[in-house]
Amino acid sequence: MRHIRVKRLEEKIFKMLMMAATLVIVGSLFMIIATIVKRGLPAMSWDMISKIPGGGFYIGKEGGLLNAIVGSLYIMIGSITLGLSFSLPIVLYLNLYLPEKSRLAQFTRLSFDVLFGIPSIVYGAFGFTLMVYLGLRSSLLAGILTVTMLIIPILIRSIDEVIRRVPKEMKDAALSLGATRSEIIKVILRQVAPGIVTAILLSVGRGIGDAASVLFTAGYTDSIPTSLSQPVATLPLAIFFQLSSPIAEVQDRAYAAALILTLIVLILSVAARFYSRKFSKNKI
Amino acid sequence: MIQNSLRVEKFVESPAPRLHIHKETEGENEVDRATILSANKPHISVRNLNVYLSKNHILKNVNLDIPDKAITCIIGPSGCGKTTLLKTFNRLLQNSLDVRIEGEVLVDGENIHGKKVEVENIRKKMGLLSQRPCPLPMSIFDNIAYGPRIHGIRRKKTLNIIVEKYLKEAGLWDEVKDRLKSPATSLSIGQQQRLCMARGLAVKPEIILGDEATSALDPISSKKIEELFVKLKDQYSIVLVTHTLRQARRIADYVIFMYLGEVVEAGPASEFFSNPKEKLTKEYLDGYFS
Repeated sequence: MRHIRVKRLEEKIFKMLMMAATLVIVGSLFMIIATIVKRGLPAMSWDMISKIPGGGFYIGKEGGLLNAIVGSLYIMIGSITLGLSFSLPIVLYLNLYLPEKSRLAQFTRLSFDVLFGIPSIVYGAFGFTLMVYLGLRSSLLAGILTVTMLIIPILIRSIDEVIRRVPKEMKDAALSLGATRSEIIKVILRQVAPGIVTAILLSVGRGIGDAASVLFTAGYTDSIPTSLSQPVATLPLAIFFQLSSPIAEVQDRAYAAALILTLIVLILSVAARFYSRKFSKNKI
Repeated sequence: MIQNSLRVEKFVESPAPRLHIHKETEGENEVDRATILSANKPHISVRNLNVYLSKNHILKNVNLDIPDKAITCIIGPSGCGKTTLLKTFNRLLQNSLDVRIEGEVLVDGENIHGKKVEVENIRKKMGLLSQRPCPLPMSIFDNIAYGPRIHGIRRKKTLNIIVEKYLKEAGLWDEVKDRLKSPATSLSIGQQQRLCMARGLAVKPEIILGDEATSALDPISSKKIEELFVKLKDQYSIVLVTHTLRQARRIADYVIFMYLGEVVEAGPASEFFSNPKEKLTKEYLDGYFS
């Protein structure tokens, strides 16, 4: 009897520790969001998301953050497109054409694990060196390339994980119908489509909020770029620059930028989840 | 054991006396189908087949013949190499690393492990039914149409006809005709297995390979699949790996008993079950081990 009572107590204590840990983390997340909303919401207005900065924007006069919003979206669209068109072939090659325990596959996976952990400022510095070498100015193109380098390890590792989980029987089923390896790609991609959506989401989350990688490479400008060779503003840098201003009003606008950034990620997450659920319901 | 495999070979290579036996028993009502069929040219012949998985010797000098248009059941305890043998027939084994295959597997007289063989054409000749049904991640219609599509059939009308024909042949048409567009995974597991059957048939194979195709199914679905095999054996050569002796007794025309990677005994079902020649076979049939 006593023994059981001790066990029960033990269980209770551990359960409470688990709950406490969860509470601390979820609580701090809400505190962050609360701070952003509290300070950013008063500074939010229709102008903020529909206008580019006017003359005295950085001393608290009229204008908005449209340049940074559009800039961030441009960079994300560009680097996701570029990133996918590299990472999908790499992952498919690793999984379909290389034998299971191939040295090359193991080495490739290891290198992407290492790249995954490299801080974004290193990518930024590397991108900058590359730009200097190629004689490029800070531009939308350079920003896209650097963010692509940053997110490719994320895309590859997360897509690789889901493709590796495709049951061997499914590949065998398609192969035994006489499909070639390139023909079963369609089957595999359909099977892992929700996983790819998650991978994209993860890399958007990392890429869109990252300031260090675009600091040297994308530059900053008050206008919306019309070509790949022009510099471009981004939301994280908009936060960074305005937060370092001594004017309280401008600081609040930094929070407004953070709020917009959070909302973009939130909207994308919800949309992706909805899409992926709908997709898996109908097609899989 | 070596003697056994020799014996098997001898049995297959001299079909004439079997036919003779058949004539003797013709007076009785029961026609021994396998006896007649073993007189035909075998559909698949295995000669001196040895398979090594890394360092394990999985199949040891296997020699056997699979008769045309009949149900052949491969039985034996777990881990005796039944599935490995089946996978050498459609060359799925080569997808894993560390496999060494020696010897020949002849399908219609052609060695499928030869160098010039197009593996897709070999696989097209055989439909595979795996242990757990594995529908492709698409609709019921697209599952059946997948095979024909990759083999070049694009016309919607033709595909419609094909899908209907093979769903009917697999006895699934009436259950799914109103929801061909819904995902294949929405079907019950027994229906999924019949879908996989229809999908396999749609590439017009000559041989159906079943790897414990009923073991994951409920008794009713399993019975339906069995009935399907019996119905289809007039048009296809069917090779089934099975765990359940009773299933082999019910539907087999020809039985191959394997133990630890070797073929112990092979022969027409009636003879195999009523009068096993090997002590090991007799013990297995009597349930001393399973």
